[in-house]
Amino acid sequence: MQQAPEHDSAQSGPGGHLLSQLVAHLREHRTRLQEEWSQRIQQAHLLTAMTPQEMAAETTSVYDNYVEVLETGNVEALQHYAKDLSERIIPRGVETHEVVGIVLLLRDVLARSLFEKYQRDFSMLNEVLDAYEPAANRIANTVAVSFVDERERVIRQQQDAIRELSTPVLPVRERLLILPIIGVLDSERARQLTEQLLSGIRKHRAKVVVIDITGSPDVDESVANHLVQTVDASRLMGASVIITGLSPKIAQTLVTIGVDLSKMNTIGDLQGGLEEAERLLGYTVTRKEVSTSS
Amino acid sequence: MNGGPALVSIMRQGSTLIASVHTALNDSELVRFEHDLVDQIGEHRSRGVIIDVAALDVIDSFAALTLRRIAEMARLRGAQTVLVGIQPEVAFTMVRLGMGTGAVPTALDLEEGLALLDEQGSRPPRPDEPEA
Repeated sequence: MQQAPEHDSAQSGPGGHLLSQLVAHLREHRTRLQEEWSQRIQQAHLLTAMTPQEMAAETTSVYDNYVEVLETGNVEALQHYAKDLSERIIPRGVETHEVVGIVLLLRDVLARSLFEKYQRDFSMLNEVLDAYEPAANRIANTVAVSFVDERERVIRQQQDAIRELSTPVLPVRERLLILPIIGVLDSERARQLTEQLLSGIRKHRAKVVVIDITGSPDVDESVANHLVQTVDASRLMGASVIITGLSPKIAQTLVTIGVDLSKMNTIGDLQGGLEEAERLLGYTVTRKEVSTSS
Repeated sequence: MNGGPALVSIMRQGSTLIASVHTALNDSELVRFEHDLVDQIGEHRSRGVIIDVAALDVIDSFAALTLRRIAEMARLRGAQTVLVGIQPEVAFTMVRLGMGTGAVPTALDLEEGLALLDEQGSRPPRPDEPEA
């Protein structure tokens, strides 16, 4: 998400002059203000996941970036920095309210210092604040948006990873695949499953597929229908499907909603399903005689 | 086939006819394919027919119907039909639109199709072919 370029009064007119004066002030008192800010952060119990050294390093760069944006009005560098910072701190469990919190604290600390500096000249103070506030708010906005964007990106990435992991297609023997389904099957996952299964059939040249839904507590009508379609589609590709591990509840659901299961080959548990699959493929599994010397 | 490149090639392999569809066929081409194939079954006294649709990324309802009709006609003329090479996306689309292959058996690819015909005894092995 990009910040909409907005008219920035700070860039032109009397505001520009004030702003450079303000920036000079903030640069001059950098050490003191940054110190004060760090203390405020600690008092507010923000960023507790970071060590004091890290805090010092980050607060320095945030401060410098902040002042730079005030000076130039260009948030691009800050956006970049905020994204980079988010990348580093998100895995450590830093929350949105903390990030927004520290930026707002910095805004307040700097505003206080301006009050202090201009307290004797009220109209001047007003003008300085007029220049300072929009810029400061924009910075807070930019940082928050960058952080949330980054977090959403991480979430999307993880969702993709989970989705990929959620429907494994595993070859157990030549031409035999199993598909264990763990957890609730929603329509998105069911779609994913079909896709993976059908391409798995082609890839592994499977003739028999065992879909085990022991780990799935419930299905709804659309998912059940989808499952039936998947079985049909697999048959079109020359593979027969055995469904195992239908829980009593699912069996009840399927019968109640009247899904046509007459063409579905179902077997009680995965073990039975594998035995049936082996029979279909012509495997015979025999147990090796164990010498019973004891 | 009259004129233009062959859209379907029909090859004879022992007592089996192998028809492979190279590109999407329009309705009249499908009808011509049906005629050609059913003709050749009698000509070669074929016992099995394999229709390979691996090159198709769409099978519409008319195509599905034609394939079912071909299989039924072939059966009446003494040959068992197997449909092979249906792509994953095609398979799912067909099922979703409620157009299965009816009673026509399907197999993954040509090799599987031949194996299926062997199993069903529709393709007696040639003398030089080792018996399975």
